[in-house]
Amino acid sequence: MSQNLKNAAIAALLTAVLVTPIIGLQLQRQNFELTLIPHWDKVVLASAAVFLIQLLHPYLFRNGRTAIRLPAWPQLQPRQQRIGMLVLLAIGFAWPFFGSRGAVDLATLALIYVVLGLGLNIVVGFAGLLDLGYVGFYAIGGYTYALLYNYFGFGFWESLPVAAAMAALAGFLLGFPVLRLRGDYLAIVTLGFGEIIRLMLNNMTELTGGPDGISGIPKPTVFGIEMTRRASTEGGTTFHELLGLSYQSQHMVIYMYLLALILAVFTWFVSNRLIRMPIGRAWEALREDEIACRSLGLNPTAVKLSAFTLGATFAGLAGSFFAARQGLVNPESFTFIESALILAVVVLGGMGSQLGVVLAAILITVLPEIARGLAEYRMLIFGLVMVLMMIWRPQGLLPATRPQVELPT
Amino acid sequence: MSSALLEVTGLRMGFGGLVAVDNVEFTVKRDEIFAIIGPNGAGKTTVFNCVSGFYKPLAGEIVLDGERITGKPSHQVARRGLVRTFQNIRLFKQLTAVENLLVAQHRQLKTGLVSGLLKTPGFRRSEQEALQRAAFWLDRVGLRAFANRPAGTLAYGHQRRLEIARCMITEPRLLLLDEPAAGLNPQEKRELQLLIDELRRDHGVAVLLIEHDMGLVMGVSDRILVMDHGKQITTDIPERVRADERVIKAYLGES
Repeated sequence: MSQNLKNAAIAALLTAVLVTPIIGLQLQRQNFELTLIPHWDKVVLASAAVFLIQLLHPYLFRNGRTAIRLPAWPQLQPRQQRIGMLVLLAIGFAWPFFGSRGAVDLATLALIYVVLGLGLNIVVGFAGLLDLGYVGFYAIGGYTYALLYNYFGFGFWESLPVAAAMAALAGFLLGFPVLRLRGDYLAIVTLGFGEIIRLMLNNMTELTGGPDGISGIPKPTVFGIEMTRRASTEGGTTFHELLGLSYQSQHMVIYMYLLALILAVFTWFVSNRLIRMPIGRAWEALREDEIACRSLGLNPTAVKLSAFTLGATFAGLAGSFFAARQGLVNPESFTFIESALILAVVVLGGMGSQLGVVLAAILITVLPEIARGLAEYRMLIFGLVMVLMMIWRPQGLLPATRPQVELPT
Repeated sequence: MSSALLEVTGLRMGFGGLVAVDNVEFTVKRDEIFAIIGPNGAGKTTVFNCVSGFYKPLAGEIVLDGERITGKPSHQVARRGLVRTFQNIRLFKQLTAVENLLVAQHRQLKTGLVSGLLKTPGFRRSEQEALQRAAFWLDRVGLRAFANRPAGTLAYGHQRRLEIARCMITEPRLLLLDEPAAGLNPQEKRELQLLIDELRRDHGVAVLLIEHDMGLVMGVSDRILVMDHGKQITTDIPERVRADERVIKAYLGES
């Protein structure tokens, strides 16, 4: 009991120290003078709250087990996982024809995060390499399309493979020097890489347009047929003319959504196959014990590099898709927060669990929209959810069930 | 072609000011079981780490089957047919026993990315064969019943055997065992001795062994190298090593 009291007192004291400069002291300008207005009542309130929670903490989480428990997910067999995936997919394809324009657009964004989450899951979940600069590859994908369009007039479909290849190349080149690093060191270097990319894009004004970015990026065509009100070239046909429909901007939104869905399904399929292939097993083995891998003749650098490169490829695909959806890229879209968000998707969903990552990506994009009224508290709620998750469900929403190769015994 | 599989000459390794291995020389012949013994801290594992490429020796030459492998990275040494186990077992604990054996075959499986993604018949066949080889080795070391259990949950003695199977599935020419009998009970030690003998007989692998258990070493080895304080005391057949006064002194101290 006295131990509890001591802990609670220390926590309350720390809270007071932390909170005082943030909400306890307010600078206010009166005429020409700056005055400091203290709000001690708020500090006391915060400290008291922390004191109480810490005091009651042991009774809430008794014997190391949680007294408050989330409903446990049923243990999903690979077969059930597959059925779950198919159901999600069916809903996914039917959805845009019923949803409102805004909702479909939001769903497109969610799918981009699904692709990013699944891509990063290869690096973080499968291979166990903590990559905090994933957004760098995303930016490379986006800017590749934007620049190719801007300077060479490339369309979306011509740019897509180039964007993927450029991101893969970047992953490969970055991977070479840094993949001998482990854990935290790797995280710091990749974090730096993400920032370098963003700063480069920001400062190479002649090439990338600097902070303004590149705008007017066209949307994808349907097999070369434009989906606009009027054809951009003389005598060109547009999609609605071809089908004899009246022009609706809704069509484009649905088309983008379906493309995003196909991209997400493709990503899911590839990562699902990869983990069942020798290379996937090598990633998992490397995550567990690098020295043992080396003693068996696996080249750790090559194995890591493959994970890094493949993960980056998907970021590149998602990036060029993002550019097409927005019609505009600027460095603002590729900040560190974005990396953190994608990582949160992977961790929240359950590292290495594809279905979990998909769910988490949807949650993380859709929930903030639903809770728009609480927009000011978004990051606060986000932080709270992460803390609670780590207490109650550190293995993620849907922990990975490893695809076991069963050998009849 | 000489009968020497592994030739180590003038091996020297140190850490900072400490010389851990000083001028060690030995040869392992084909089909030979060769043991390195010595008191704790004699430098046995350091020799292992140099030979298997985990350390870069300060001086000396290591030649495997006529090819110089001194200072080559460990994974390249392993690809040339020299694989090892570890004193503290290093299995992939979360992976199942059979998956451990599949990972070890990574070098042998020549399936490409595309054939794997599309699950081509060639890929399926290759996976099936890999699975069969894994099954063979699980049978061989008597772990078939535990094939689908995570390796970390196996009993200690079973983990040791699985680690040996994982090495053997790479089809090595020289197998390095670092204290394979540590933590085993007498029954398991006898089984281990049988296993080592059979591996040599049936799979033509030479064995380089570090071991403290004298019963096992004397029973299984063709020749024994004795080390103390990083120096080589003697290399001889078990009977003469047993009688060697310098060896007894190294173990029991000066009197």
